[in-house]
Amino acid sequence: MCKKVLSGFLIAALFSGHLSLAQKQANHGTDSLARHLDEVIIITNKSAAQKYEKPLGSIESYLEKSECVNMVRRGAYAWEPYVNGMASERSVTTIGGMRIYAACTDKMDPVTSYVEVSNLSKAIIHNGTSGASTGSTIAGSIDLQPTKAGFGERQLKGRGLLGFESNNGQKIVGGGISFSQPKWYVDVNTTFRNAGDYHAGGGQEILYSQFTKWNFAANAGYKLGEHKEIEASLIYDKATNVGYPALPMDVSLAKAFIGSLSYTQHHISSTIHLWETKIYHNDITHKMDDSKRPYVPIRMDMPGKSRTTGFYSKLVGESGNNHWISTLSGHQNQSRADMTMFANAPGQKDMYMLTWPNVFTNYLDAFVTDDIALSEKFSINISTGIAVHNNVVKDTFGLESLQIFYPEMQRSRTRVLTRASIATQYVQKNWAFKLSVSYGTRAPSVSEGYGFYLFNSFDGYDYIGNPMMRNEKSTSLSAGVSYSKGMLMTKVSSSVFYISDYIVGVPNPQLSGMTIGGNGVKVYQQVSWARIANVVADVNLHLSDNWQWNNNFGYRRGVAALIGNIPFIQPFSYSSDLGYKYKSYGINISMFGNARHNLINPQFGERNLPPFVVFNLSASKQFQIRKLPLMAKAGVENLADTYYATFSDWNAIPRMGRNFYLNLIVSFN
Amino acid sequence: MLSRFSSFLFLSFLGLIAFSSCKKETSTIMPVNELDGLQLASSFTDSLNGNIVSLFTPSGKFQTGYNDVFLQIKDKSGNLINNATITWTPTMVMMSNSHGCPASGIIKKANALFTYQGYLAFQMASNSSEYWKLTIQYNINGQSFKTNGVINVVPSTARTLQSFVGNDGMRYVVALAEPQQPKAGINDMVAIVYQMPSSFSFIPVSGYKLKIDPRMPSMGNHSSPNNQDLTQGADQKYYGKLSLTMTGQWRINMQLLNAADSIIMGEQITPSNESSSLYFDISF
Repeated sequence: MCKKVLSGFLIAALFSGHLSLAQKQANHGTDSLARHLDEVIIITNKSAAQKYEKPLGSIESYLEKSECVNMVRRGAYAWEPYVNGMASERSVTTIGGMRIYAACTDKMDPVTSYVEVSNLSKAIIHNGTSGASTGSTIAGSIDLQPTKAGFGERQLKGRGLLGFESNNGQKIVGGGISFSQPKWYVDVNTTFRNAGDYHAGGGQEILYSQFTKWNFAANAGYKLGEHKEIEASLIYDKATNVGYPALPMDVSLAKAFIGSLSYTQHHISSTIHLWETKIYHNDITHKMDDSKRPYVPIRMDMPGKSRTTGFYSKLVGESGNNHWISTLSGHQNQSRADMTMFANAPGQKDMYMLTWPNVFTNYLDAFVTDDIALSEKFSINISTGIAVHNNVVKDTFGLESLQIFYPEMQRSRTRVLTRASIATQYVQKNWAFKLSVSYGTRAPSVSEGYGFYLFNSFDGYDYIGNPMMRNEKSTSLSAGVSYSKGMLMTKVSSSVFYISDYIVGVPNPQLSGMTIGGNGVKVYQQVSWARIANVVADVNLHLSDNWQWNNNFGYRRGVAALIGNIPFIQPFSYSSDLGYKYKSYGINISMFGNARHNLINPQFGERNLPPFVVFNLSASKQFQIRKLPLMAKAGVENLADTYYATFSDWNAIPRMGRNFYLNLIVSFN
Repeated sequence: MLSRFSSFLFLSFLGLIAFSSCKKETSTIMPVNELDGLQLASSFTDSLNGNIVSLFTPSGKFQTGYNDVFLQIKDKSGNLINNATITWTPTMVMMSNSHGCPASGIIKKANALFTYQGYLAFQMASNSSEYWKLTIQYNINGQSFKTNGVINVVPSTARTLQSFVGNDGMRYVVALAEPQQPKAGINDMVAIVYQMPSSFSFIPVSGYKLKIDPRMPSMGNHSSPNNQDLTQGADQKYYGKLSLTMTGQWRINMQLLNAADSIIMGEQITPSNESSSLYFDISF
């Protein structure tokens, strides 16, 4: 349910996660079904589609264009991806297949916040469990694919980025250099962003919405033989002074080190085309900060850390009309967060608790997916996976704290997670039909299982994890039909998730809240069922070589037993985007709106939100300055300076008002 | 209720077993290790016969509130006595109203040959003009001895004892025995409850109940779940469970109920009443 319609460019259903596979199958002329169910968002500005986007927009603004992703916003920075209307613990986000766990108990650092657009080539979004090679999931998965120079003809390339946004004074400076050779390559890129407070429509300054982010990435590859290569990759990302206007606290530091080493071998045999093995490690440090807030009931420090070490090994092959991928993966994560509250009364001892009691997650996963072309028109995809998931509470202080609530709780818990899906596609002339059924399970997240008095500033409750919960299970059905003829391309698709043992916080009036001024305590529990339905429709018109008009409509509905309406569910939304290009010029006008958000759940802090519509305008031109191609793009977002908040804005914090921006990208070869 | 009470007893019994089994290890190297973790707090020399009575506590100090006290008796040749029967009488010597304090009987320390143990619960600290005198009477092989001395009682850092007149008109002393080292989590809580019919008479009460409601006054009076009110164990002390969700300053608000369930002291915590008049403070 695209916010801004670019789906004609964005939904490149022919893409797969791996170039070699894509090439292989393109040769065969049969499209993988799993890939039909995927959505791919192009992020690098190599493609012509780039002209229609704000090239130096945040990674979040790119993901927000996906039909199945909503971004829940707690400020101007680090938005949380909701896949198919479900919070981030129901999906798996990876960077180049690497598992990363956020380090903040309050979701201030979704995995996506630790990368930059310049690090990435594309984001692949799998719906439900189909193609869920990166781990057991309910809602789907997002794999952010790193960009890298790659092997090739001897070539030195460079790129400089410059951006400015008027509304919050955001400055973006960046650049990259890459050097390729047939035998090896190396590339580096860096981006710096600095923004002040943004202003809502009408000019109201949104205090504590500033941020500063610095990102550095490097890749290197070396060919050991004609079909053997090793590659190393590193991302270092550091955000400081990040304001979260929708929350009672800010962040002084969010730092990530993400590194990997991989070995890839091609053309192993007539049936095995690729073997790729990667080992990786990432280390996340997160520090919340309330020192900039003048009035807080009590000052506190809340540092968190998350470390993950893992691997995956993947075989890609074909036999007959089967195209298969098998993946073995595993990782160990350590999540620890604590809270020190400084007593207001002099001489009193400070208060300390472990909010994530040093939880280790040990995870081993096997996954197989197979595309079978039964005929030219009819194909089927079957995938299945099984995982062993183990949690250990390492810290005795934390274990004993949780045992207050669960005296019978054990230090370690192991569970088995299964998933499977069957998808079919039938193509007949201008029509394409698809139908898929999938089943997925997940373990409770660290917060859901072991969180200790995690304050949710939206509903005002302290959340207590529940280590005794069963797996959450989902059965989903998705169907789609598309028709394209002449200049018209149209598509309607829908998915329904039927979730059992749905994990949700339920108020427990017996328990006394910890947060001063809070509403009480919610304990994670499982309700018997939840249902989430998604419908999306695209009508895209390729009016002429110069004119393109895309329209998109979306709607979700989510209800669960006991709680009623599920929060953060998108109301009817629509967007329309008209683009014109002529030679090196491009002009684009777009609108985006939501119907009234009234299927709300006040128990979770939601309130009625009025309908809104906003307009955007942009123009771009490709220049040549001394043979250096320069891409310039200028535009204005929220043209009418409308004051609005959407269903996905935490505490209904208003979105940005009118914003002029300028992006410049200069390249040299 | 009854089953809960018996499970308490069972748990305390288990705890005793755990306690003793763990002491067993240390007593294999005897007799020096009988004093492991203890420090000399005071010692009295009997001028008549040269016997020395030594008093040990975990901290090497006596402080207001509940004190576990360990004793050893040496004869003048330096031999430790292993067959003494001991009683003691603490007296606060004051300008006007002298008084005693709750004092247990003295028994042999578990798995020890030469060390005896009991507890004293001091209501107040020593000062320049008022002091605690401890009289110890002991019997060895049918022969009675008596010695006494002055002990220094320092004020405890937190309030762990309360002396009051209850709603029944009787004077009481309630003191916190455990946890001495509180932790975040579920703590075993032990208290002593004594009635004080006169200045020198202290009688442990039977069948009473101590309701607890731990709160953090500096955290909006945050409370914790799964506490268990204190009921009497076989040794006359009161046993319960105390949940502390974090470190910091806790106030254990209490209500003392007699065997007929009438409230002797303390009030329930409500939004308008943030503290009971009967409470202990714990800080860690």
